[in-house]
Parts: sequence; structure tokens; C-alpha cells
Amino acid sequence: MARIAGVDIPNDKQVAFSLPYIYGIGRTTALRVLAQTNVNPATKARDLTDDEVARLRAVIEGELVVEGDLRRNVRSNIQRLIEINCYRGQRHRRGLPVRGQRTKTNARTRRGVRRTVAGKKKATK
Amino acid sequence: MSRSTKKGPFVHPSLLQKVLAMQGAERREIIRTWSRASTVMPEMVGMTIGVHDGRRHIPVLCSENMVGHKLGEFAFTRTFRGHKGRSETTSRKR
Repeated sequence: MARIAGVDIPNDKQVAFSLPYIYGIGRTTALRVLAQTNVNPATKARDLTDDEVARLRAVIEGELVVEGDLRRNVRSNIQRLIEINCYRGQRHRRGLPVRGQRTKTNARTRRGVRRTVAGKKKATK
Repeated sequence: MSRSTKKGPFVHPSLLQKVLAMQGAERREIIRTWSRASTVMPEMVGMTIGVHDGRRHIPVLCSENMVGHKLGEFAFTRTFRGHKGRSETTSRKR
């Protein structure tokens, strides 16, 4: 099994679909990298030749920011927002949506599982 | 987020004037402004700017990291005092 960008071992799917298992590579980037390295996107990851793997690795590890580095980038960007005490940083700190979405309802992704508030009365008609 | 680069960053003319005037000498004065839409410029680093939040001017000390953000991002217009019955109150004192 090919091992690209550290721990990622894409499985026995076509390379175009196994590359997105790497953090930072989506379908678009995967196809672009494959075109750039002249690898047929339809070959199964396990059938890649060593040379092809080497070329993929050179591009992905050399030119792209993936996995740990990317995660670190994202985290430091958020950290910066929090440190300068701006509105977006404040939203990150409180775990609320950052981009102006409504919070009266929904926003469950950011706010997590519902916690029922005691004493909150339902309006009677 | 996506203002045309051609235009350059927006800073209110009168604010810009005051900032440039204060650039040289002792930089102790707080510049008060209502222009929340103005961008923080590199020249403002180290200055304290009183940004209006609708009620009063919040002193904002500009740091290097803030360059490129708008002044309004640093002076919140809402006071969140926490929700009723929540023990861990995240309320901020003004």
C-alpha cells in the first residue's frame, strides 16, 4: 500500500478517490495532482507503480500544504483571531457560528448537542 | 471580504488625517472615531483608537496582527450577559 504524506495509506480505490483521504486534498486537488504527474486517475491505488507513487509524493509533500502543517495553519489562524480580540475571535471562543448565521434556531454544528434550559416556558396560545 | 484591490483599503479621510498627524510625536492621545468601517493600517499599530460601539468609544490598541481588519471588529455592539440559569456565565464586563 502506498504511503503518502505521513500516515495516510489510501486503500484499494481508484487513486482519484483515495487521494482525498489525505487531509487537505479534495476531489479537485486530487484530479489536478494526477494530471500534473501524468497518472491515470482510474488506476487502483494498489496498482500504482513505485515511480508513480514517487511522483505523487513529490508533488503532494513538496508543493501542497497537507495534514499536520495544514491543521497547524488553520489552528494558528483561529488563534490569531482569538488573540486580537475581534468579533470572529470572540465567536470562536464561545463556540458559536462565526459567519453571521442565525442562532435562534439551528447552529447545532457549532453549539453541539441540545442542552435543555430549565424554566424556559413554552408560549401558550 | 472582497473589496476590489484596485481601490485600496478604506480609511475614513478625517481619521486618516488624524492618524498621520499623530504618527510622529508622543503617541499618547486616543483618537476617537465613529468610522467602524475603516481598515486598520500599518501606520495605526501602537496607537489607541476609540471606536464607537453605538454608545461610547471603546479604546482599541492596534497591534500588528490587526492590520487589515476593520476597526468595528474590535468594538462589539452587543452586550452578552449570559443566559438565565446557565451556571458557567461567560459574561463580559464593560
